[in-house]
Amino acid sequence: MVTSSALLQTELLRLVTAGSVDDGKSTLIGRLLYDTKQILVDQLEHIQETSKRRGDGYVNLALLTDGLRAEREQGITIDVAYRSFVTPRRRFQLADAPGHVQYTRNMVTGASTADLAIILLDARKGVVEQTRRHSYIAAILGIPHVVVAVNKMDLVEFSEQRFVEIETELGETSERLGLRDVRVIPMSALRGDGVVEPGDGMPWYEGPTLLDHLETVEIAADRDLDHRRFAVQWVIRPISEEHHDYRGYAGRVAGGVWRAGDDVVVLPSRRRSRVASVEIADGPLELAVPGMSVTVRLEDDLDVSRGDMLVDPEEAPTVARELEATVCWMAERPLEPRTRLVVKHTTRTVRAIADELLSVIDIHTLEDRAGPERLELNDIARVRLRLADPLAVDPYADNRTTGAFILIDESTNDTVGAGMILSASS
Amino acid sequence: MHAPVHLSHLDEFEAEAVHIMREVAAELERPVLLFSGGKDSIVLLRLAEQAFRPGKFPFPIMHVDTGHNFPEVIEFRDRRVAELRETLVVASVQASIDTGRVVEETGPRASRNQLQTTTLLDAIEEYGFDAAIGGARRDEERARAKERIFSFRDDFGQWNPRAQRPELWDLYNARVRRGEHVRVFPISNWTELDVWQYIAREQLELPPIYFSHEREVFRRDGMLYAVSEFVERMEGEEPFSASVRFRTVGDMSCTGAVASEAGTLEQVVSEIAATRVTERGETRADDRASEAAMEDRKRVGYF
Repeated sequence: MVTSSALLQTELLRLVTAGSVDDGKSTLIGRLLYDTKQILVDQLEHIQETSKRRGDGYVNLALLTDGLRAEREQGITIDVAYRSFVTPRRRFQLADAPGHVQYTRNMVTGASTADLAIILLDARKGVVEQTRRHSYIAAILGIPHVVVAVNKMDLVEFSEQRFVEIETELGETSERLGLRDVRVIPMSALRGDGVVEPGDGMPWYEGPTLLDHLETVEIAADRDLDHRRFAVQWVIRPISEEHHDYRGYAGRVAGGVWRAGDDVVVLPSRRRSRVASVEIADGPLELAVPGMSVTVRLEDDLDVSRGDMLVDPEEAPTVARELEATVCWMAERPLEPRTRLVVKHTTRTVRAIADELLSVIDIHTLEDRAGPERLELNDIARVRLRLADPLAVDPYADNRTTGAFILIDESTNDTVGAGMILSASS
Repeated sequence: MHAPVHLSHLDEFEAEAVHIMREVAAELERPVLLFSGGKDSIVLLRLAEQAFRPGKFPFPIMHVDTGHNFPEVIEFRDRRVAELRETLVVASVQASIDTGRVVEETGPRASRNQLQTTTLLDAIEEYGFDAAIGGARRDEERARAKERIFSFRDDFGQWNPRAQRPELWDLYNARVRRGEHVRVFPISNWTELDVWQYIAREQLELPPIYFSHEREVFRRDGMLYAVSEFVERMEGEEPFSASVRFRTVGDMSCTGAVASEAGTLEQVVSEIAATRVTERGETRADDRASEAAMEDRKRVGYF
């Protein structure tokens, strides 16, 4: 068992799994949880009873991941489920997204925060349309690491030749999509080979098991440590005797390493100052890195408020009034050109008009089709947006925080789209 | 180029939760933080300090009081709120019973757990709260694994799992209309073990019932319950003294104890790391009632 002191230093890996029930995705997740001893006695008893009542004939590990009653009754997965597991080497946060075509929006949601995607395929079928679709989504969402789990190797007699064929085909797809780090791992989730333990079916395979790879893939270098970005979320201004003149800008570091003495420019006002201190509630920090929630104090008394962005004056983002972005449309109601929407980007919310639908991707062939009349639910398209007020943005490929936005429909308050910035202009 | 800096999982989860609390404060008009005196809400108070100090919390703290509390927990609550110098609002289930809003259950299995929902929704309406920050976690139960961090509630306080807003990156859509509200769960992604590790790291004080102590208990349905004036014992439920601690803190009528010798934070963390039964499966009678017990209660407005 893991000792508690070791766990205090455990690094977090966020991952998303994509694939359908037919590829054995639920079995794979069940296997990962079961072989890393995350399933507790009462949960196991519960799924044993349910499997029996449903007449499954075996302990259905897939039941572990079915959350809502409708899902259990219909034997399908509807929504993204989030679950946790831990090993002595890492703490894992898994977003389990259903894989069907109509659930593109769910995979995009699960993928948005992922460090790594596991894309499942069936060794008998090889690379199919769905594999390319999931790889495409991993690529546009900028997931730094991808694992292709070639499952059901037991059903192709653990054939090395079959595995190599699939690996070659995947190489072509990955290159075309611009995926940087793709690892292909053969396995049988049903038997357990290649998931946590190597098993005895594939002596020819010398690479890591899935868990080995998840535990060791280097993720700390994925964050942008070179371009300082900090969106102000909240201004801390205690009105008390003790902290009479205190004024701190609270937020989460979106890029770069922050230290006292750093020069900053405030966007969009372009006023300049210098960092007086970087603090948390307990006191000042030596430095702050991306992902940390901190408070930044400036040397000068400027008028800075929520929605402003503090950045490196030498490497500032574009202050944009017009964006070109990849948009995933997530609403039943189609998006027509000239529709008015609200864009939420970092801590700033502005009105916008979807001026032009430039092209839409055919999710089956991954071909671009120019000038669509409208976008339907689950469509992924290139869209030009005109903003009522400026936003300080980076291309999504450079920064997954300052390059991302959501679209909100003001008449319903629903989140209707997700956007990844390609380019921007003032 | 800078060398990569490794943040631990607790650093990441803390930063995520602080970010969420600040978003609530910035985007909603009248938030409230729900506090039960339990370990999860004690963690929330610490996260609120990390988010807003040296300023004051931009929301009051609310306790939905069943009247069937462990006295140690109420003593702890009042002391902690006084130390923080923040505002406490108490919504009383007893008052809901007295005014006829709800009817008390009777018999040996009577519990005020279900009644809390009405008291909570009434308080949200009375004070005009548009956001309620709570300490629920996705690892507690399968329906919660699918719930958003910003979980929208309609005019009737109901959760509709089929119509949840997509939640991407750390961009939360907090928009509500008048009468609607949003439940916000900053520690959604934490597990029971993460919570205990964070408590140990931050050296947070907890009510004494979380640590091993001698107590008069009786056995029911395989669980140990504290002997108290709030629970009627059935025939054959003989009280006996045992060394126990509590894994969760709720109403005395539905919170079970576990046999334990763990008297310090470190011992509790080790015990949790080695445990083989989930927290709610072991100690919460309210979740054992049916397969979809939590989903049903959440749909009508439970925490």
